[in-house]
Amino acid sequence: MTSTAAVLAQQGDLLVKPEVEWVAITPLLVLVGGSLLLLTLSALTTRRPRRGTYALFTVLTCAGAIIASVALWDRVQDPARGEFTALVGALTIDGFTVFFSVLIALSIALAALVADDYLRREDLEGPELYALMLLSGAGGIVMAMANDLIVVFLGLEILSIALYVMAGMHLRRVESQESAIKYFVLGAFSSAFLLYGIALVYGATGSTNLSEIAAFLSQNVLESEGLLLAGFALLLVGLGFKVAAVPFHVWTPDVYQGAPSPVTAFMASASKAAAFAALLRVFFSAFSNHASDWRPIIWVLAVLTMVVGAVLAVVQRDVKRMLAYSSINHAGFSLVAVHANTERGVAGALFYLLAYAFMVLGSFAVVTLVGRRGDAAHDVDDYRGLARERPVLALAFTVFLLSQAGVPLTAGFFAKFYVIGAAAEAESYALAVIAMVTAVISAFLYLRIIVTMYFAGDEAEGDAATGRHRVAIPFGAGVSLAAAVAFTLLIGILPGLVADFARDAVPVLLSAAP
Amino acid sequence: MGSLLAPALLATEAHAESPEFPILTALIVIPALGALALALTPASRPELSRLVGVGMSLVTGAMSVYLMTQFVIDEPGFQETSKHSWIESFGISWNLGVDGISLFLVVLTGILFPLALIGVKPHHDTKSYMAWLLLLEAGCMGVFLALDLFLFFVAFEIVLVPMYFLIGGWGYGERVYAALKFFLFTMLGSAFMLVSIIALAFLHERATGVLTFDLVEIAEAQALAETTARWLFLGFAVAFAVKCPIFPLHTWLPDAHTQAPTAGSVILAGVMLKLGTYGFVRFGLYLFPEAATWAAPVLVTLGVIGIIYGAIVAAVQRDLKRLVAYSSVAHLGFIVLGTFAFTSQGLQGGVLQMVNHGISTGALFLLLGMLYERRHTYEIASLRGLQRAAPVMAAVFTVVMMSSIGLPGLNGFVGEFLILIGSFPTRRWWAVVATFGVVLAAVYLLWAYQRVFHGDPDDENATFADMTWREGAVMAPLLALIVFLGVFPRPVLERIEPAVGRLITHIEERSDFTEPAVTRQGTGAVEVVGPAAVEEEGAEEAEEAGAETGGEGEG
Repeated sequence: MTSTAAVLAQQGDLLVKPEVEWVAITPLLVLVGGSLLLLTLSALTTRRPRRGTYALFTVLTCAGAIIASVALWDRVQDPARGEFTALVGALTIDGFTVFFSVLIALSIALAALVADDYLRREDLEGPELYALMLLSGAGGIVMAMANDLIVVFLGLEILSIALYVMAGMHLRRVESQESAIKYFVLGAFSSAFLLYGIALVYGATGSTNLSEIAAFLSQNVLESEGLLLAGFALLLVGLGFKVAAVPFHVWTPDVYQGAPSPVTAFMASASKAAAFAALLRVFFSAFSNHASDWRPIIWVLAVLTMVVGAVLAVVQRDVKRMLAYSSINHAGFSLVAVHANTERGVAGALFYLLAYAFMVLGSFAVVTLVGRRGDAAHDVDDYRGLARERPVLALAFTVFLLSQAGVPLTAGFFAKFYVIGAAAEAESYALAVIAMVTAVISAFLYLRIIVTMYFAGDEAEGDAATGRHRVAIPFGAGVSLAAAVAFTLLIGILPGLVADFARDAVPVLLSAAP
Repeated sequence: MGSLLAPALLATEAHAESPEFPILTALIVIPALGALALALTPASRPELSRLVGVGMSLVTGAMSVYLMTQFVIDEPGFQETSKHSWIESFGISWNLGVDGISLFLVVLTGILFPLALIGVKPHHDTKSYMAWLLLLEAGCMGVFLALDLFLFFVAFEIVLVPMYFLIGGWGYGERVYAALKFFLFTMLGSAFMLVSIIALAFLHERATGVLTFDLVEIAEAQALAETTARWLFLGFAVAFAVKCPIFPLHTWLPDAHTQAPTAGSVILAGVMLKLGTYGFVRFGLYLFPEAATWAAPVLVTLGVIGIIYGAIVAAVQRDLKRLVAYSSVAHLGFIVLGTFAFTSQGLQGGVLQMVNHGISTGALFLLLGMLYERRHTYEIASLRGLQRAAPVMAAVFTVVMMSSIGLPGLNGFVGEFLILIGSFPTRRWWAVVATFGVVLAAVYLLWAYQRVFHGDPDDENATFADMTWREGAVMAPLLALIVFLGVFPRPVLERIEPAVGRLITHIEERSDFTEPAVTRQGTGAVEVVGPAAVEEEGAEEAEEAGAETGGEGEG
C-alpha cells in the first residue's frame, strides 16, 4: 500500500493519503493505549483487583513508553537517519520529543506510586486517576512533539482537561472541588487566549505549521508587525498560564493546595514540563528570528516570576502553598534559560525541568505522606519533630529541599548552574544576578521547613507522641521517594549523565516532508 | 606569560606521571567516607560512632602532616596535583593541588578537626554530630585543595550544610536563628560569586575558545577587559567578605559563634573563616590582579575598621564567647590588611596569621567549652577567681590568650609583625592605625581574663574543677604549636614564601603595581623575629614592641 501511494505521488496525483508513521508516535500510543485498556479492563472486571494493581499497571505502561522512547532516541540521534517529521509535518520527532516523553513518563510513574496508597487512604480507590494521568501525560507529549500550533493547542487541551478532573478528584474535600473549578475556569480562559494567539499568528504568517512560519518569517519582512506581535503576546499568555509565570500565576497556590497531593506532584512536574516544551518549541525554534521582539517580554516575565515566587513563598504557612510559590520561582529559572535563546539555554531548561521534576515529585510525595488521612495536615507545624519520628523521611525531604535551594552535590545546584551559565553566555548578567538572589530568598523557605523538622521538635514532642498517628510510609511511596532521592543525588554528583542528553535534545526545526 | 606558566605545567606533568598515592583526593574522600560509614553505624551505640569519627579524622590529620613532610620547599607552583575530568561538556574537572599558601591551612584543618572531635563530647545524637563534622572536614579540605573554580564553589558552599545542622542541632539558646542567619548570609555572598565564576568561564571561552573552569589556565590567560575583571572581582569579593567576615558584613559571625556548639565554634573560627581570606589570596589576587589592586584601598580600609571596631566591641561584651567572636573580626582584619598590602611580608604574614588565628582562637573556644561544661555559663559577670580553683587551666588560658594578643615568642606575634612590617611601605597609615588594634586586643583580653580568673572565687566558682587529662591532651598539641611557631617560624615561612613570591610577581606583571624594594628583599624578617622572642613578658610591653617594630619598618 505504501508503494502504491508513492507511485501515485510520483505520478503527480494530488490525492496523497497522509502517511502515518506509527513508529514515531509509539510512546504516545503506549500511554493512550494503556489508559484505554485500564479503563476497559476495570469496567469489565466485577471484582475489585488486588491492591496496587492499577498503580503497577500504570508504572508498566510508563516503562513501556520509556522503552519505546529509548528506541526512538537511538533513531533520531543516528546521524544517518536523524530527526524527522511525522503526520504530514504536524509532529517533529527529535531528541527534544524523546526527552520530554521520558520525563513525562517518569513523572507519571512516580506520581502513580505515590497515588496508590493515597487513594486507598482516602477511600477513593479506582482506576480513574491513573487513566487520567496517562491521558494527561499523552497530551503533554503531544505538546512536546508538536510542529504545528493547532497540535500544540490539541495537546494542551488533552493535558488540561484531564488535569481539571484530577484536581477535583478528592470527593470529600471542598478545597479539591474549589481548586478544580478555579483551575478549569482560568484554564479555559488561557486556552482561549492561546487559540486567539494562534489565529493572529496565522493571520500574520499564513500558516500554523511551525516550520512554515519560520520559513515565512525568514524570507519575508512584515510591513506591519502588529498582528504577529499581538499573536506572540497571546501565545505567551496561554503558555505562561500553564507554566505558572507571573502575572498568570494566581491559580497556582490555590490549585496546588487544593488538589490531591499526588496530583499536585504530577502537575508541578509533568504539566509544567510540557508547557515549557511547547514554549521552547514555539519560541525557540519557530520565532527565533524575531527573538529581539519576544526576549524582552520573557526577561520581564522571568524576573517577575522569580521574585514573586520567592518572596511570596516565604510568607506562607501551608507547605503545599510554599511549594506552589517555590514552583513559580523555579518556573522563573526555567524562563531565564528560555530567555537566553541559545542551544545551551534550551539544554539548560531541559536539565532544569528534569531535575526539578524529581525534586518536586519527591517533595510532594513527602507532603502526601505527612498530610495523613484527610490530606489536610499541611501546616508547617505538622512537620514538627518529623526528624525524630521518621528520620529517613525527614532526610529525604531535606535532600529535596536543599536541592531546590540549589545546594551543591544535588541535582538542583547543577540545574541552576546550567541556567546561569546559559544566561552568562547570552550576557544577561543582570538576570543571572537577580536569579541567584531570588534563590537565596527562597532558600529561607526551605530552611524554615528543615528547621521545623529538625530543631523545633522539643516543644512539640508531647503532642506529636499523643495526638497524632505516626506518619506511615507505604511501599509504593517509599519506592517513589527512593528513586527521587537517588536521582537527585546521582545527578547532583555526576551531572554529565543527564547534561549530555539535554545537550543532544535541543529541538530542531524541519521543513515538512514533501 | 610563558615563563610563569611553564614551571607550573612542568610540575603538573612531572607529578602526573608518577603513579603516586593520590593524597589530596584522599584528604577529601576519607572524611567523606567516614561520614558515610557513620550513617551505617547504629544510633544506639554512640561510642562506636565516636570511634569511627575520631579515627577517620585522625587518619586525615596524619595524612595532612605527611603531606607537609612531602612538600617540596622551593617549588612555587602547585604540588601533588591530580586532575580528572568531571563534567566534560563544561570543562569541569576534579582538579586538586597544594602550594605554600594552602599547605598549612590543610594541615591546620587536619589537626583541628580531630582535636575538636576528641575534646568535645556532644550531649545527644553522637552519630549525626560526628557525621556532620566529618562532612564539614571534607568540604573544608576541598576548598583549600581545589584548583577548579566549579569544584571550589561546590566545596565552599557545601560546608554550609553541615555547619547549619551543627549550629541548629547542638547549639545554644538562639541556635535556630543563628544557623539560619549564617546560612543565608553566606549563601547570598556565594550567589554573587557563582555568577562571577560562570561569567568568568564563559568570557574566557569567548577569548580563547576553550570552556574551562581550571583556575591556573584562566588566571594565566587573563583574557578579560579591565572593567569586566573589576566587576567579576567584586562578585568574588562579596562572597569572601561575608565569609571572612569584613566589617559591615560581619553581623552573622557573633551570633553563629556564640550559638554554635564548642566544636562548631572551633571549626568555624579556626577553619571556616579562613575560607574567606584564603579565597581572597588564591582566587581574588590570582585571577584578578589588576582589579585586586584597584579595590585594595577599600578592602584595606574596611579591614582596618574591622580591627578597631572588632576590638572595641569585643571589649564591652558580657559573654565570653561573643568576646572571642568579635576578636576574630579584629584578627581577620589584620589578615585582610596583610593580603592587600601586596608585599611578600604582608602576604606571608597574612597566610601565617590565618594558621595562627586558627590555632589560638580554636584553642580559646576549646577552653571556653571546657569552662561551659563546668559552669554552664559564658557570662563574664558570674565567673570569678577561677585561677585559684583551676590553676592549670588558668595557665593554659594565659598562654593561649597571649598568643591571641600577639606576645613576642608566641605565634600570634610573628604573623601580626609580618603583616604590619609588610603593609607599612605600601599602606603606611593603615598600618599605623592597625597597630592600635594590637593594643586594644590586650585591653579586652586581659580585662576579661582579670574578671574571670582573678579575685576570690565565690561559692559557685570555688568548686570549679581543673583540667582533666583528656582536656590537657587536647590542648597540648595546640600549646606546642603556639610556642613552636612563635620561636621558630622558619619551617613554615620558607614553605609559604615561594608561593607568595610567585603570586606577587604575577600581580606585578599584570597590573601597574610594583612591590617596593624594601619588602622584596625582606625574608630577613624571620631573623628579626628570632631575637625578639626571647622571653615572655607583660602584655603591655608586647604592644610597645609591636608598635615600635611597625615604626622601624619606616626607616
